[in-house]
Amino acid sequence: MGTYIPVFVALPLLAGFACLLLKGPAPRATPWISVASMLGLLALAVGVRGDAGVSFAGGWGVRLSGDGAFVVGIALVLDGLSRLFLLLVAVVGTASAVYALRYLEPEPGLSLFHVLFNLLVAGMNGALLAGDLFNLYVFVEVASLASYGLVAYRTGGTEVEAAFKYLVLGTLASTAILLGITVLYAATGYLNMADLSGAIGRGGVPPVALLFASSLFVLGFGTKTAAMPFHAWLPDAHPSAPAPISAMLSGLLIKTLGIYALVRVLYVVVGIDENVRLVLTVLGCLSMWGGVLLAQAQDDLKRILAFHSVSQMGYVLVALGIGSWLGVAAALFHALNHALFKSALFLSAGSLERVTGTRRLSEMGGVFRRAPATSVGLVGACLSISGIPPFNGFWSKLLILIALASAGQYAVAVIAAGAALMTLVTFVKVQHKAVFGALPARLEGAREVPAAMYVPVLALVALCLLSGLLWPVGVDGLIGSAASAVRAPADERPAASVYVETVHGRPTR
Amino acid sequence: MTFYALTLALAGVGIYGLLAKKNMLKKVLGLAILDHAVNLLLVAVGYRAGASPPILLAGDDPAAFVRGSVDPLPQALVLTSIVIGLGVTMLLVAMVLRLHQRYGTLDVDRMDRLKG
Repeated sequence: MGTYIPVFVALPLLAGFACLLLKGPAPRATPWISVASMLGLLALAVGVRGDAGVSFAGGWGVRLSGDGAFVVGIALVLDGLSRLFLLLVAVVGTASAVYALRYLEPEPGLSLFHVLFNLLVAGMNGALLAGDLFNLYVFVEVASLASYGLVAYRTGGTEVEAAFKYLVLGTLASTAILLGITVLYAATGYLNMADLSGAIGRGGVPPVALLFASSLFVLGFGTKTAAMPFHAWLPDAHPSAPAPISAMLSGLLIKTLGIYALVRVLYVVVGIDENVRLVLTVLGCLSMWGGVLLAQAQDDLKRILAFHSVSQMGYVLVALGIGSWLGVAAALFHALNHALFKSALFLSAGSLERVTGTRRLSEMGGVFRRAPATSVGLVGACLSISGIPPFNGFWSKLLILIALASAGQYAVAVIAAGAALMTLVTFVKVQHKAVFGALPARLEGAREVPAAMYVPVLALVALCLLSGLLWPVGVDGLIGSAASAVRAPADERPAASVYVETVHGRPTR
Repeated sequence: MTFYALTLALAGVGIYGLLAKKNMLKKVLGLAILDHAVNLLLVAVGYRAGASPPILLAGDDPAAFVRGSVDPLPQALVLTSIVIGLGVTMLLVAMVLRLHQRYGTLDVDRMDRLKG
């Protein structure tokens, strides 16, 4: 079981190297390699059957049984939580790769763009599958390094400056993560996440070491999530990247390196306690309101979207701060929805920039008749992020409010509902200014973008609508199995034991 | 314990350089110092006083080796971490070079066009 697991990392890695080799002889082929590798990942992620599996890198792995059972070797672990995010990476990655076909002109650096694009995907997939903390760190660094390069792709002053800031803060975060890993290794002697969670569950680790490690992980992964006090890099970095990369960074990277890693490390490995949950709630409230308020002052469409990524991650953090199964499920559902609608929004912003020649909202307007497909995509994604039923954003925000209320956190629920209202206000303004209203004389000659650019957006918006309409049918199974991999629904056994069983392949007791 | 405290002090030096210096190259150096402070801490975690280097020669008794050598795993981790740090530093220096070409200065305050 699980022999296909390494393909999730190997396929984009090989595609990246193929792009590098073809840089000289056939640079025009490299965009298609990206599309092919993303379609392959999509087929793999959709086709994966069975609950969970473990694969050892190079086929070399030993499970030592007995009381202090532990695993030797580099384990790649696929469980419900990983599968949800792998599917997201494949869906958004495919949309972005197709969009990039026509968005990026054939230029000398194009092959290198696709090398980094595939590396980014390989790093994210690797982080989602890593079975030990150090490999999680390595894959987080692979994905981050690729993203630093992609933010600087246009090599203008602003882009490189944004990338420099992003790199410095990102590396600071990675150093905090490595320090946290060092603390846990010094305290237990394990790196494998299942063994670590077993050792911590047996109570052999001093609470002060756990608290120190948890703080470092919240700092490190919180920075990768762009939670409010650590968000300074995101509003510069995400808009500076080309549109398909903005979609990948805002749609995926802050979730795979941020939310997924937080859930995996805090819930499964360290075990989340009340203090850490309180910190997550506070960070979440700050992000929800801070992001949405700072977005009001912006005129650049992509910066508005970037600040709203900070705000939307706030909802996910607040839901993670609840600690119940419902809270985790709501958080993951909102992360899934945000990946779909925020990537659609960033791709639409790229299309609008192509149609109108500007990113400033005040200079746009009235392009609905000139560019109907782009406009429909943007409006659909706006309705989704503002939480208008029946779009998916409504259901996940409702679920978060229900989870907050059922945990008795009414004050936080009010804060979240208020931020949702502010989001609605912003996006009513955005869609009104961007596509409706009077057409400026300057835009008389505006034309629709090529089909390769609006089809991915419309497909993502259709998924938003489908996930909103059909979530009792298909989506809740996906979310439910992901949440159950983290938290047992009735708390009848420790949360981490599900993961330990997955890795060890048998009940631990 | 003294050694742990010293590595954390070194990390403090790195963070100071990163936050307080306006010159981008000094920020890069601060980041590199911080990086190596954590690497040193990682090596120190695997150290045991009086133990042998973790090299298993043909004919050595594995059990005696496990009892008598320092922990090899942190050393392997540090090697990986150093390589990652090298990649990060190279990329940073390349960006500093590009920014210097563009603005003719290394001072972050004199090029700041972004507003956080």
